[in-house]
Amino acid sequence: MSAWNHRHLLGLEDLSREEILTILDRADAYAREPEGPPRPVLKGKVVVQLFFEPSTRTRISFGRAARRLGADTIDFTVSGSSVSKGESFIDTARNIEAMGADLIVVRHSTPGTPHLLAKHLRCGVVNAGDGAHEHPTQGLLDILTIRRKKGHIEGLTVGLVGDIAHSRVARSNIHGLRKLGARLIVCGPPTLVPQYLTTLGVEIAYHLDAILPQCDVINVLRIQFERQRSGLFPSIHEYAHLFGMNRERLALAKPDLLLLAPGPINRGVELTPEVADGPHSAILEQVSNGVAVRMAVLELLAQAREA
Amino acid sequence: MNVLRIGNGRVIDPSQQMDQITDLWIRGARIVGVGPPPRLRPDAVIDATGQIVCPGLIDMHVHLREPGREEDETIATGTAAALAGGVTSVACMPNTEPALDSQAAAEFVILQAKRAGKANVFPVGAVTKGRLGQELAEIGGLVQGGAVAFSDDGSPVASAEIMRRALEYCRMFDKAVLSHAEDLDLTRGGVMNEGVVSTQLGLRGLPALAEEVMIYRDIELARLTGGRVHILHVSTAGGVELIRRGKERGIRVTGEACPHHFTLTDECLRTFDSNFKMAPPLRTQHDVAAILAGLKDGTLDVIATDHAPHAPEKKMRELDLAPNGVIGLETLLPICIRALIEPGILTWSQLIEKLTINPARVLGIDRGTLRPGAIADVTIIDPRAAWTVDPEKFESKSRNCPWAGQTVRGRATTVIVAGEIRWRWPVGRPGSAGSGL
Repeated sequence: MSAWNHRHLLGLEDLSREEILTILDRADAYAREPEGPPRPVLKGKVVVQLFFEPSTRTRISFGRAARRLGADTIDFTVSGSSVSKGESFIDTARNIEAMGADLIVVRHSTPGTPHLLAKHLRCGVVNAGDGAHEHPTQGLLDILTIRRKKGHIEGLTVGLVGDIAHSRVARSNIHGLRKLGARLIVCGPPTLVPQYLTTLGVEIAYHLDAILPQCDVINVLRIQFERQRSGLFPSIHEYAHLFGMNRERLALAKPDLLLLAPGPINRGVELTPEVADGPHSAILEQVSNGVAVRMAVLELLAQAREA
Repeated sequence: MNVLRIGNGRVIDPSQQMDQITDLWIRGARIVGVGPPPRLRPDAVIDATGQIVCPGLIDMHVHLREPGREEDETIATGTAAALAGGVTSVACMPNTEPALDSQAAAEFVILQAKRAGKANVFPVGAVTKGRLGQELAEIGGLVQGGAVAFSDDGSPVASAEIMRRALEYCRMFDKAVLSHAEDLDLTRGGVMNEGVVSTQLGLRGLPALAEEVMIYRDIELARLTGGRVHILHVSTAGGVELIRRGKERGIRVTGEACPHHFTLTDECLRTFDSNFKMAPPLRTQHDVAAILAGLKDGTLDVIATDHAPHAPEKKMRELDLAPNGVIGLETLLPICIRALIEPGILTWSQLIEKLTINPARVLGIDRGTLRPGAIADVTIIDPRAAWTVDPEKFESKSRNCPWAGQTVRGRATTVIVAGEIRWRWPVGRPGSAGSGL
C-alpha cells in the first residue's frame, strides 16, 4: 500500500502519478484472476450507490466490485422528480449515510456534487461521474485496458475523438494519461472541442483522418445528447461522416491500433458495428477491467479510512 | 433642534473636494458645515479622532427581496445590513415578486423603509411591465411613486427596440436606465465564466462577449437617443474599454463595479462553492486588472455591491441549481480598503466619491454630500478596525458571503441618517457623549 491515503476518490486531477499507479497495480492483480477466490476485505462494510442520473454499466460494475470484496450494497436511484419534490440532494445523502454507509458511490449531472458531499458527509465518497467534469473510475479502467494491451502508457499517442466538451470521461482520461506520460490529441468539431483544452496539455485536431495514422489508441466518446444544447453540429449524418469510425477510416490507422469506447455507444454514429465488434476493439475488456478497477478503488479507500 | 459635533475627524467630502482634519456640525436633520462654528453649542459630541467622516455611503445596487421573497431578505433586514456596512442609502432593484413596475409598488417600498427606520431606500422601477421585456412599465407613475432610475436588473432588456424607447422616454424625467448587460442567447445554461476553468471543471460557460455585445448595444442606443445609461456590475475587460470609449465620445454612460468582480476570479469555482456563483460571473485576473484600472482612471464611476441575498437552503446546493448572487453590504468597506486603498489604486477621496456623490448623481438624489444645508447622512469609519467576517452575525437574513472567515480591516463605527445615530459599532458600545441623542 505504498502511495495511498485518500478517503475519497473525486477525480484523477487530484491524484499523483504514483497514486494512479497504485490503483492500476492493484486493479491489474484483480484483473488477472477474475474468477479468483473471494477477498472479503470489505466484510461488514456498506457501500451505497447513490445515482441521480441513469446508469447501467457503472452501477452494475460498482455493485459487482463491492460484493466481490464482501461488502453489503444498497442501490439508491433518484429520479429527476425527487429533486422537484424539494428534498435537497445533501439531505438525501445525509439520510442514506445515516443508514450506516461507509462509502457512497455518487453520480450526478452537476460538476462538483461529489466534492460537496465529501464536505458534508463523514463517509467516503467515490465520484461515479459528475456532469461533464470527471469520471475517475472510467478513466482508470480505460488506462488499465491500454496498459494491459500495450504493456505501457509512456510514449503512446492517444486520440480522444468526439464530444470532448461534454465528456467527463475525456477529462479523466486526459488527467490520468498525461500524468503517465502519454501524448494526447483531442479530435472533434470545434463546437465540441473547446480551445481552452490546450491548458490541460493536449493537442487539438479537427480532422480525424489526419491524426489517425499517428495514434496508438483511439478512445471514441459518445455524443452526450442529454448534456448538449442543440445546434452544435448540423446532423448525426454529417457527424458520422466526419468523425465516425468505420472500416475505410480504420485502414488509415496503425495495424495495431487499440480502439476503446467507454459506452454506451450510439452504433452507427461514433462506431460502425463491424468496427465496434472487430479485432481492434477492446470494448468488452474495458467492461471487465472496470470491475477490477472499482475493486481496487473501494479497497484502497476502505483501508485509508481504517488507517 | 439638537446640535451634534463630530470632532477632530478626517472629513472627506469629494463633492466639495474636501479632505481635512476638522469638526463636522449637524443641527437637527441637516448639515451645518465644518470648522468651529461661531454661535452653536453642541448638545452631543462624537470624538472622531483617527477616523474618517464622510457623507453616508450610497449603494445603488441592492436586492431587498421584499415583496415576495421575504425568506431571503426584507426591507427591514436589508436596510439594517446597510447600516452595519456604513451605508445610509440603497437603491433597490425591481426584481421582486411582483416586480416593482407600478407607482403603488414604489410607494410600498418607501413606506416599508420608513417603518423600518434604518437606511434610506430609493426604489428602482422596472423598465417593462412585470420585467417581461414586452412593453414599457408606467415610468411616469413610478417616478411619482419615488422611483429614481429604471432597470429590469436580473435580466437584460433583450429587445433593442424596447431599450431604445426606454432611454428616450426616461429623458422626459432625466432618469438613467440601468443596464444589466447580458445576451441571453449566449449565456443560456451557463454557470460560470467561460474559459480555462469552466472547461476544466466541465461547467457551462457564460462568455465575456455576452456582456460586451450588450454594453456596446446600450452605449450606442444612449448615443442614438441622448438618453442616460448606467452599466451595472461591469465584469469584463472589454466592457470597461467600451465604457471608456463611450465616455471619450461624449455619450452619457456611467459604469459600476462590484467588489467581488475586482477581488475574486473564476479560479474560486474550483471549490464548487455556490457562494462564488453570480451573474455576471467571476472572470479572470485579466478582467480584475482591467476593472481596477477602470476604477482608477474614472471609467467606472460607481462601486456598488449587487447585494443579492438567498436563503441558505436555496443557495447551498448543486452549482447549476443554486441561484446567482452574493451578499455584500456588510463587507463593502473592508473589501474596498483591502483591494483599492491598501495597494494605492484609489485614494480615500476617490473611493468615497464612488460610494457617495457619484451614485447620487447617477440616481439624481440629494445625498452623498456634506454641503451646508444637505440632509445629514454621515458615516464615520475606523479604517484600521480589524474584525473577522462571520456571516452568522450579519444583520442580513442571508449568509451567502464569499469572504466568510477572513480577517479584514475597516468598519463603520457610527452611521447617521438625517441627523439621527442609527448604528454604532462595536454593537452595544456605550455611546460616550453621543448617547444623549
